[in-house]
Amino acid sequence: MLRWIHKILALSVIIPLMAVVISGSVLSVMPALERAGAVSHPADGISVAELAVRTVATHPGVEQIKRLPSGKVVAFYAGTDGPAAMVVDPSSGEPVSTYAPSAFERWMTNLHRSFFLGDDGRMAAGAAALALLVLTLSGVQMTARRLGGWARLLDRSRGGGMERLHTDLGRLATLGLIVSTLTALFLSLTTFGLIPDGQSQAPDFPTMAQGGSALPLARIEVLRGIDVSQLRELTFPNPADPTDFFRLTTADGEGYVDPASGKVLAWQDHTVGRQIHEFIYRVHTGRGLWWVGVLLGLSALGVPVLGVSGTVLWWRRRRAHAPIAANVPARTADTVILVGSEGGSTWGFARTLHAALTANGHTVHTVAMDCVARPYPAAQRMFLLTATHGVGTAPTNAGAFLERLDQIGAPPRFRFAVLGFGDRQFPQFCQFARDVDAALTQRGWTSLLPLETIDRQSPQEFARWGKALSSVMGEDLVLAHVPERPRTHALTLIDRVDYGTEVQAPNCVLRFALPESSLLARLAGRGWPRFSAGDLLAIVPPGVTLPRYYSLASSARDAFVEICVRKHPGGLCSGLLHGLQPGDQIEAFVKPNPSFRPVQGRKPVILIGAGTGIGPLAGFIRANRGRQPLHLYFGGRDPQSDFLYRREIQEWLGDRRLTSLSAVFSRVRGGGYVQDRLRADADRLRTLIGAGAQVLVCGGREMAAGVKETLGELLVPAGLTPGLLKDEGRYLEDVY
Amino acid sequence: MRIKTLLAGLAMTTALTVPGLAMARPVTLTTTLKNYGGNGAYLALYVTDASGAYKGTLWVAGSKSKYYSHLSGWDRASRGNVAGINGITGASVGAGRTLKVTVDLADALFDAGYKLHIDVAAEDMRDSPSEVVVPLTAAGAGRPVAGRSYVQTFTYDM
Repeated sequence: MLRWIHKILALSVIIPLMAVVISGSVLSVMPALERAGAVSHPADGISVAELAVRTVATHPGVEQIKRLPSGKVVAFYAGTDGPAAMVVDPSSGEPVSTYAPSAFERWMTNLHRSFFLGDDGRMAAGAAALALLVLTLSGVQMTARRLGGWARLLDRSRGGGMERLHTDLGRLATLGLIVSTLTALFLSLTTFGLIPDGQSQAPDFPTMAQGGSALPLARIEVLRGIDVSQLRELTFPNPADPTDFFRLTTADGEGYVDPASGKVLAWQDHTVGRQIHEFIYRVHTGRGLWWVGVLLGLSALGVPVLGVSGTVLWWRRRRAHAPIAANVPARTADTVILVGSEGGSTWGFARTLHAALTANGHTVHTVAMDCVARPYPAAQRMFLLTATHGVGTAPTNAGAFLERLDQIGAPPRFRFAVLGFGDRQFPQFCQFARDVDAALTQRGWTSLLPLETIDRQSPQEFARWGKALSSVMGEDLVLAHVPERPRTHALTLIDRVDYGTEVQAPNCVLRFALPESSLLARLAGRGWPRFSAGDLLAIVPPGVTLPRYYSLASSARDAFVEICVRKHPGGLCSGLLHGLQPGDQIEAFVKPNPSFRPVQGRKPVILIGAGTGIGPLAGFIRANRGRQPLHLYFGGRDPQSDFLYRREIQEWLGDRRLTSLSAVFSRVRGGGYVQDRLRADADRLRTLIGAGAQVLVCGGREMAAGVKETLGELLVPAGLTPGLLKDEGRYLEDVY
Repeated sequence: MRIKTLLAGLAMTTALTVPGLAMARPVTLTTTLKNYGGNGAYLALYVTDASGAYKGTLWVAGSKSKYYSHLSGWDRASRGNVAGINGITGASVGAGRTLKVTVDLADALFDAGYKLHIDVAAEDMRDSPSEVVVPLTAAGAGRPVAGRSYVQTFTYDM
């Protein structure tokens, strides 16, 4: 519901909203500019009478003196071409410059508040402010839900690049947008008189003037008693009207002063309503509060970026929601696929499964998990493909699933299999899938396959599950899911270093030239993208649909593309890569993996890798130009054979890009695994983690599980667990 | 005497216009603003007698009564009698634009010391009460006069 409101509202108001926020951002810098241009005014201690005398001396025809919120003092008088105004120096009364409200600012203001459409436009602008407020609040609430509650609102954001941009920028702009929109709504409501602004509270005009000749300005007591800093406006009596008075407005109130007697004839203190209105007006416009204006303007400037990133996210989701081909009604289907999806990517996998089963002659019914609870008389099997939202909760279209399950009653005759989708960087990985699996088992449903999980939309893991499914169903099922493959580029090998052949672990560091993209291609977004160590290089072997992913060991700044490849016996892609000679080419593209990165700053980082898992870690070290303390734990078989990056590591230790190295090898006397080395270093690791260190682990599944277990044990005295560190984004894994 | 009573009655309804009566005539009031480089201006056209006492309002340009206090001469003279100007208000007048209204004015208003005032105010600019003050005379009809700051020319034609 929340997402729906956010989406519909954003899409319907995005264009007018852009006009409002961009013009608002432009206007927000005006008070700061005006302040920068204001005279250094030693106006303190000058009375309004002194100011009036000096101004009249230099501008005899003056009609009004105003003190602007920026501190500028402006004298208004009748010029030849209409009303003229001059900024004056309050200490001398000398003119400083002509005062002309900028036509540009006026144009922007009218665009900002009314789209040049008068009252109708003002109403629309007020509605835009309300829409932006609702978008801000619903966005924050969605963020809180996704991160696992309000207490975690400031946690590190997770997900893809666009998603993180949207979340991070949204959180950054929230406070400013709430202030801007609430004040805008207040001002809009006062414009239409729905909230009193206390403005029309001028005192009654005195009935009769005393008459007589006017006192010299310098002798008017009231004006002598008011400091210029308190002045708002002083309007001189109309010389053509002998019954006219001074009209004086100060910070406290307004009233009339008799020019003949110098007495205050009527006075009214400002109402609280007026003071509130003035304060809100100043906060919204930044007039007199220039730094507030700049902060609000910066927040507003985030809105166009949020609009674009939000639209891209919506478009991606929408594409994933196209109708499914050959979707059979529930009554006749022999196979039911239930989908729980938040972002839409799970639908893509369900689509692939649906198509593969249909191709094998099955009748398949695919539907959102919340649509369960119908009888499936013909069903022989049910697949539940679901993501997890936030920390272990159901995705939007599966929120009612567990409840509906109760209405189904007796366990059905068909069998089920649950497939969870998630990201290992999140705490409670695939928790909702686990809950669903447990709930079905508990209700006595029969399982077809045990629960399986897919990390970060890995097509390999999905294909592997397809194989398991093939064998249990006794038919050949190929699940080749390609999650939107970007355009590939040809990479040319320029260098390779081989390791580990002597210890039956052939590893290879491959270095490719950075592919050249024309300016046109880059502008069109079709060039080779910027990349960082930790991102993934997807290799597409000829004649293969599913790309294979390797962690990048270099960044765009290194001007080469480097990966570490372990040769698997019979491995198609690793075999191909190991067979490459300098000059050979392969097709590849970059898949961003922004969640696996060391945090920037001065906090130490513990890098743990085994075998080719050192690849991205080496990339982080190479890119560590800021000399952040990095500590590397590396596990191999034999230092003489598979010590990857041995020569470079010495160099990095020399120039302090790497602070310490702890290498351990399993095939030498007294050697061991990387876990053993961690255990031996327990005190040191506890100290580092206690000091806020982040842990990055890269390697095979078993190694990663072992490291997690070992760290779990040695962190017990510190009252910490890898899970807790993960919540804070301080424990990241890149597992293959 | 009779006229005085009539005028007093009209002042109460803030209308000096006497539709359909023989002793009234249509008068066209033409106000052209200078190109003062600001947002649309609020104008009040009203009449005072020889002693300067307010007699009634002819036209108000600008629809938001909260800004009427900036038409300070009129606001003070009419004591903010907003209710009395129903039917004689219109839109604010843009810079460089012309406001043209026709009203039926009583013959007795001419050559009897009555003056026509125009107050002008524009957003973020100076208020200009009694921007224009012209005596209502038969001879003065058709003669353009300039205002203090905003009004390029003002003419009344009979």
